[in-house]
Amino acid sequence: MTSPRPAARPLAPTALVALVVALATTGCGEPAVHAPLPQAPAADGAAVVPVDEMKFEVPPPPFSSPDVFPCSECHDAELPPNPKRRALTMAHEDVVLHHDEEHRWCLDCHDAQDRDMLRLANGTLVRFEESYRLCGQCHGDKYRDWRAGVHGRRTGSWDGPKQYLLCVHCHNSHAPRFKPIPPRPAPVRPGSIR
Amino acid sequence: MSPEISRREFLCVVAGCAAAAAAGGCSDVTHTPYFRDNFRDLSKDEVAALVADLERDLSAKYGKDVEVSAQGPRAGVQFAYALDISRCIGCRRCVYGCVEENNQSRDPQVHWIRVLEMDKERGIDFHEANPYYDAETVPRPGHFYLPVACQQCENPPCVKSCPVGATWRDDDGIVVIDYDWCIGCRCCVSACPYGARRFNWGEPTLPAEEMNPKVHVLGNRPRQKGCVEKCTFCVHRVREGRYPRCVEVCPTGARKFGNLLDPSSEIRYVLEHKRVVVLKNELNTRPRFFYFFG
Amino acid sequence: MPVAAHAASPALPAPAVGLWRSAADFLGHSVRAVLRGGPVYKAWVAGLLLVMGLGLWAYLRQLDRGLLSTAMRDQVSWGFYIGNFTFLVGVAAAAVLLVIPAYVYQWKPIKEVVILGELLAISSIVMCALFVLVDVGRPDRLWHLLPGIGRLNLPSSLLAWDVLVLNGYLVLNVVIVTYLLFSLFRRRHPSTRFFLPLVLFSIPAAIGIHTVTAFLYNGFAGRPFWNASILAPRFLASAFCSGPAVLLILMQLLRRFARFEIQDTAIWKVAELMAYAMFLNLFLLGAEVFKEVYSDTEHLVHMRYMFTGVDGSSAIVPWMWLSVACSIAAFVLFLVPRTRRHPVTLNLGCVLIFTGVYLEKGMGLVIPGLTPDTLGEIYEYFPTWNELAVAAGVFATGSLVFTLLVKVAAPILSGAARVEERSDQP
Repeated sequence: MTSPRPAARPLAPTALVALVVALATTGCGEPAVHAPLPQAPAADGAAVVPVDEMKFEVPPPPFSSPDVFPCSECHDAELPPNPKRRALTMAHEDVVLHHDEEHRWCLDCHDAQDRDMLRLANGTLVRFEESYRLCGQCHGDKYRDWRAGVHGRRTGSWDGPKQYLLCVHCHNSHAPRFKPIPPRPAPVRPGSIR
Repeated sequence: MSPEISRREFLCVVAGCAAAAAAGGCSDVTHTPYFRDNFRDLSKDEVAALVADLERDLSAKYGKDVEVSAQGPRAGVQFAYALDISRCIGCRRCVYGCVEENNQSRDPQVHWIRVLEMDKERGIDFHEANPYYDAETVPRPGHFYLPVACQQCENPPCVKSCPVGATWRDDDGIVVIDYDWCIGCRCCVSACPYGARRFNWGEPTLPAEEMNPKVHVLGNRPRQKGCVEKCTFCVHRVREGRYPRCVEVCPTGARKFGNLLDPSSEIRYVLEHKRVVVLKNELNTRPRFFYFFG
Repeated sequence: MPVAAHAASPALPAPAVGLWRSAADFLGHSVRAVLRGGPVYKAWVAGLLLVMGLGLWAYLRQLDRGLLSTAMRDQVSWGFYIGNFTFLVGVAAAAVLLVIPAYVYQWKPIKEVVILGELLAISSIVMCALFVLVDVGRPDRLWHLLPGIGRLNLPSSLLAWDVLVLNGYLVLNVVIVTYLLFSLFRRRHPSTRFFLPLVLFSIPAAIGIHTVTAFLYNGFAGRPFWNASILAPRFLASAFCSGPAVLLILMQLLRRFARFEIQDTAIWKVAELMAYAMFLNLFLLGAEVFKEVYSDTEHLVHMRYMFTGVDGSSAIVPWMWLSVACSIAAFVLFLVPRTRRHPVTLNLGCVLIFTGVYLEKGMGLVIPGLTPDTLGEIYEYFPTWNELAVAAGVFATGSLVFTLLVKVAAPILSGAARVEERSDQP
């Protein structure tokens, strides 16, 4: 099914900031690791990524800030990849994998040669802005629902532009399950209303 | 349909608006002319006058630039709502988002949405439900959560029971209330099988700084003591194409909303692909609010 | 023909007093009757006025604070006021019980007292209207109910129908009473052609008002305790055993204080008819209990709340058992002819059945219907002092209306008050 999609254009930075701030304050669930919620977007604005002729406007993925991305700044020729499956000790030890960790490890998703890209099962490399293609490989039903707007948080207009979020804007890819959050207060009992 | 001489003119001449306004209750924040007809019977000019009155009075009372809309339903639109029970975690952000968006009274407290905590083993069982759960974090193990608000039924028992026709189903499916016409008899509260209708037992209190200045005559404008209110699917937002506040605020994306007549809408996707239930199906109220298991 | 057979005055030829002169005399008599009276009368009226004043003060307080001053909340949105309203509609309907033997079966001893039933009906409808007035959130908007000026949601709203039939019944009774009294006052026989159809019509009218009130509850599919077909018959049965109880006591009081002549046989016949109604009342209650307990569905919770309590919430339970005990005891007293005829046991039975039905139909209908609420929540309602004071004021108002009506009617019925002959008639 096709949805009417607006022509490709970057989201205005202020709108993005507002969206991101809204996300940050309402919370998609605290991630298990110390990775913070999405920060302010990069100066060049949103990423527009094509999927099956559909273009989704999404805010920049987490860690897009110049402090973190691109990963190749550290993972360059002087740091050769080590394909041996192990627990990391020299760096990234804060990333604790709770995501099919019995069978998978870092280099199943992160490409060993190009750390600025993610790796699909058939070897295709995808950008971080298209990380949903990676998630969608195993989570096909969620991916189809997400594409239709049924999975995940929905903002925007029911008859106009809708805002999409990447999977990783709510789910920490290393520990995707939401942690419980404190609820807002219970309603006042009728007998206490005076 | 207004008669030749409008009721307003006739009764104003007969009784005198001033005396009636004094008898009509000093708590009336809007000073709407006492003899105004039911909203459905107002002419375009009268609606414009009502909107102007409301804007003037509300802006004065809350010290903000209040915009009042009287936008009617759009053709080709039938609203429906779907809520994913597998994703609701009972955090109540929808409840309080709704309170802020719809100018609900803080004291006496009015919540249009009631989140029921239920036992996973028992399933949907209202007699074991608990809306007063309080916990360090939610969801609590072994429980699931069912938020309930107005179901915007296609066959609404409340509309049937209102003796003065103060509540009705608009063409886009939203059941609305004319707050100035309601006499506060609470037949509708007895009639609603979902406990969705709220009565203003006391004068509502709404801090000016928390007031949402974009309001709709039949939706989220501040109400008065003695009349009934309920969820309107954020009529002031949805008739302008936006989502209701609860849909946008839900952190897990459990809430879906859209136009049933649009085949590409989320709501149609849900109805076509998910296992959907409605509450109290046997009562034949035909709710426009669907619960599903994503 | 409903002429007071016990009247002292012989049948005089129709006097040559014009209609308007008679009307003025009638008005004069009414005013004098109301303003004059013995110390008991004056004390009684003063007491009623005092309670009415208290009720008014409490109502003004309620108007100011909103219905927050009651114990009603969203979970239990109808309470003491509507419970009393429902019970009083039954009392108003039960006045007709006297009309059936009097006019359909032409039983003379009752004919003389039919008018008391109508006076009671008028007072009850006035109280019903007042209870609705004090219960609505916006009494200043009640004009929205007036057909033509407001917008009455017919045919689908049962409350709209109730407004029509109750007001119609009130007008009917006022017309009947006024016509009868005025005719007697003018020493004329009431015209059968005009009078009899009205009186006969009051039978289906009375059944109609209480059926419409029952349908009001009955139509709520979301309230399974009320959504039972048996509700309308139960309403009628309980009305017919409790309304006349008031009448029986009032008739004996009037016989003592107002020198009304009422035959014992009339009283006993009314009591006998009440016994049948009591049986029906108990039978229908039993039928309801069986259906809920045997089927044992979720809907049983409302009856369990009434008779055993649910989850520790049991405030209403002793009142409900009291109601059943009173109804059964009253039935036994009225069934046995000897106790039915003895004044002590008769009056005891009247008090018992009145209590039993008042509890069962007032609180015992409204509260369990709303508890647990539609989402399963239990909020235990008990009226606040404010509500009780307002209700007392309403009952005092109705009592005052009845007192004044009887004060006007009694001398006319006994023949003491008649239009004056005038020698200078045109």
